[in-house]
Amino acid sequence: MDILKLIVLSFITIFAAMAANFGQDLAYIIHALIIMAVSFFLFVREVRCFGDSKPVVETGYQDSVIRAGVIATSFWGVVGFLVGVFIAFQLAFPALNFDLPFTTFGRVRPLHTSAVIFAFGGNALIATSFYIVQRTSAARLWGGNLCWFVFWGYQLFIVLAATGYLLGATQSKEYAEPEWYVDIWLTIVWVAYLAVFMGTIFKRKEPHIYVANWFFLSFIVTIAMLHLVNNLAMPVSIYGSKSVQLFSGVQDALTQWWYGHNAVGFFLTAGFLGMMYYFVPKQANRPVFSYKLSIIHFWSLIFLYIWAGPHHLHYTALPDWAQTLGMTFSIMLWMPSWGGMINGLMTLNGAWDKLRTDPILRMMVLSLAFYGMSTFEGPMMSIKVVNSLSHYTEWTIGHVHSGALGWNGMITFGALYYLTPRLWGRERLYSMSMVNWHFWLATIGIVFYAASLWVAGIMEGLMWREVDPQGFLVNSFADTVAAKFPMFIVRGTGGLLYLAGAIIMCVNLWLTATGAGERKSSAAVAVPAE
Amino acid sequence: MSLFRHHKKIETNATLLLVLSLGVVAIGGAVEIAPLFYLENTIEKVEGMRPYTPLELEGRNIYVREGCYLCHSQMIRPLRDEVERYGHYSLAVESIYDHPFQWGSKRTGPDLARVGARYSDEWHVDHLVDPRSVVPESIMPTYGFLKETALKPERIQAVLIANSRVGVPYTQEMIEQAESDMEVQVDPDGDWEEMVARYPKAQVRNFDGQEELTEMDALVAYLQMLGTLVDFSTFQPNASR
Repeated sequence: MDILKLIVLSFITIFAAMAANFGQDLAYIIHALIIMAVSFFLFVREVRCFGDSKPVVETGYQDSVIRAGVIATSFWGVVGFLVGVFIAFQLAFPALNFDLPFTTFGRVRPLHTSAVIFAFGGNALIATSFYIVQRTSAARLWGGNLCWFVFWGYQLFIVLAATGYLLGATQSKEYAEPEWYVDIWLTIVWVAYLAVFMGTIFKRKEPHIYVANWFFLSFIVTIAMLHLVNNLAMPVSIYGSKSVQLFSGVQDALTQWWYGHNAVGFFLTAGFLGMMYYFVPKQANRPVFSYKLSIIHFWSLIFLYIWAGPHHLHYTALPDWAQTLGMTFSIMLWMPSWGGMINGLMTLNGAWDKLRTDPILRMMVLSLAFYGMSTFEGPMMSIKVVNSLSHYTEWTIGHVHSGALGWNGMITFGALYYLTPRLWGRERLYSMSMVNWHFWLATIGIVFYAASLWVAGIMEGLMWREVDPQGFLVNSFADTVAAKFPMFIVRGTGGLLYLAGAIIMCVNLWLTATGAGERKSSAAVAVPAE
Repeated sequence: MSLFRHHKKIETNATLLLVLSLGVVAIGGAVEIAPLFYLENTIEKVEGMRPYTPLELEGRNIYVREGCYLCHSQMIRPLRDEVERYGHYSLAVESIYDHPFQWGSKRTGPDLARVGARYSDEWHVDHLVDPRSVVPESIMPTYGFLKETALKPERIQAVLIANSRVGVPYTQEMIEQAESDMEVQVDPDGDWEEMVARYPKAQVRNFDGQEELTEMDALVAYLQMLGTLVDFSTFQPNASR
């Protein structure tokens, strides 16, 4: 087995070196060098411990990979928010593009979206799903070190994707930008993730699979399906990053938004609902409000979400029947979405007083409130007449961020605050007042962000369509760009506040993990009398 | 309700849960996407569409590489102001050779579906090098580096082959001549007649005004042909679509 590993790693190293030599573009060459370095490092590590006796199989929960996941989530979160603030100010001050190819908005924006969705959100999902599936199954993660492969494999995916964008390797399909070989790598990692998750469920000691795991499971399989279909592509050369998509035009458009909307529906909703279904009851110390509601809203949510993609293509060259179908299902989607919100919020029945004293629970409740708000706004914006105004404007960006910053961000912060003391064996968080600061900075940041982009979006939508009594357009496009300047400043400021909150969280989590301020007496007390 | 008692079977059987979830999520996409491949009225019948010339295709690759679609749509909706501002609404057939499509979802800058032949080449070059020199309100990044980056015509043949493999009707002749077709499109003094015969309406000019073949030539050539191919005098809209 060890021999096999060495052979595989040496082959990968050699092939990567060859690929770097024959590489046709900078992104490809650098990626080949990264892969070469990683596999060479693993090869050396393997040689050094070759023949060593293996340590005995560990028992108990596998928590070390989750600790790594908490660190990765916090790190990528700050990176993603920082890049977001940067590109937000690029829109106000174009000089921040620095006249360099690598720092233009067009190349950095995918870095921001991938960093927050896939790096921050993805790491949070992997870490929390590993934590939750072990606790709710009463079983250690299946597959031994396979979970570490998932973790590091996923980080490699992030690094390859991010460097690729900056160097110009992109498919230019929103949220599916990574090129063909990065897609293949993610597929391998994702299958390993599914295996670890399913393996753990298979060896569970609880007869019932807990509701959080239904959501995680549907998230993992649906993302696999979406990723495979939307990234079908023909590489131009195996020595270059460029590929051409299998589908074109209208078929490619609907496939893309079937994928894109369900990246929201399954990555950012189903997966995060799994998180919600564990951490909210735990933090509130109350059972989930309704078992029946969770059944109904689970099946209806996953069934309806997948149809909603065409609302991204209203009034385009997509045939009308598909647009109408997409709009209808988007409106229906409001109900199961609110089913999840109600199930989460009502879980606090009898524990609402805790909101006064527990800023972590407050964060989770706020995230549910934002979830409810953006899942109302979404169906509304999918109505064709509303969409004719909102589409192509900043309103869409504001909508996405009230969901992402409010719902995904806040529930993740809540989970990180819950996990850190438990994973590092600390009594409590280093500072509750820092959590409070984080809560208010993030909340005010989101309000600045969403409000300014509502104003900017509706304003530019109205300015574009404004005609004078003679029937001529009133505003040139450039006028509408100039009018958005003050809103861009407010938006950037909102992002800055949100970033500041996240940095405070990182400091707090770091001090908690390292045990700063922990009383040392507990060890002495625990010595039993002999 | 007994229905909920039956759910026990699903939530105690991981394989069943996995299979049912996958089945439930597969339906929507199958019903919406699959018909687009066989319903005949999905793609309009028009005159004038042709695959991109090698130079235009390379320009499009640069457009894709730089993520232009993040700020510029290529999809004019059939709304009064958009038709007024940008021209005839976009047809599905106009992106039939676009692998991937570049309709976009955001207009931080204006729509580009019919930007072709609206401005001079010089305007485009000036605008890409320093957008604020021609549009003071613009917030677009500068793309001066395109003018300094040489194009490598020897790579284009493989791009045409890849496109033909996914269904773009490039003929054997087009693929064989790809390299020279690319070079001749920026050389009005060269033998470009055969290239134009292969690609009707292809514009032959030195797009960036420089001696060398650069990425700026390719991008401007692409921008200058956007939305110019379809002959709208013979176009009949289909009301049932």
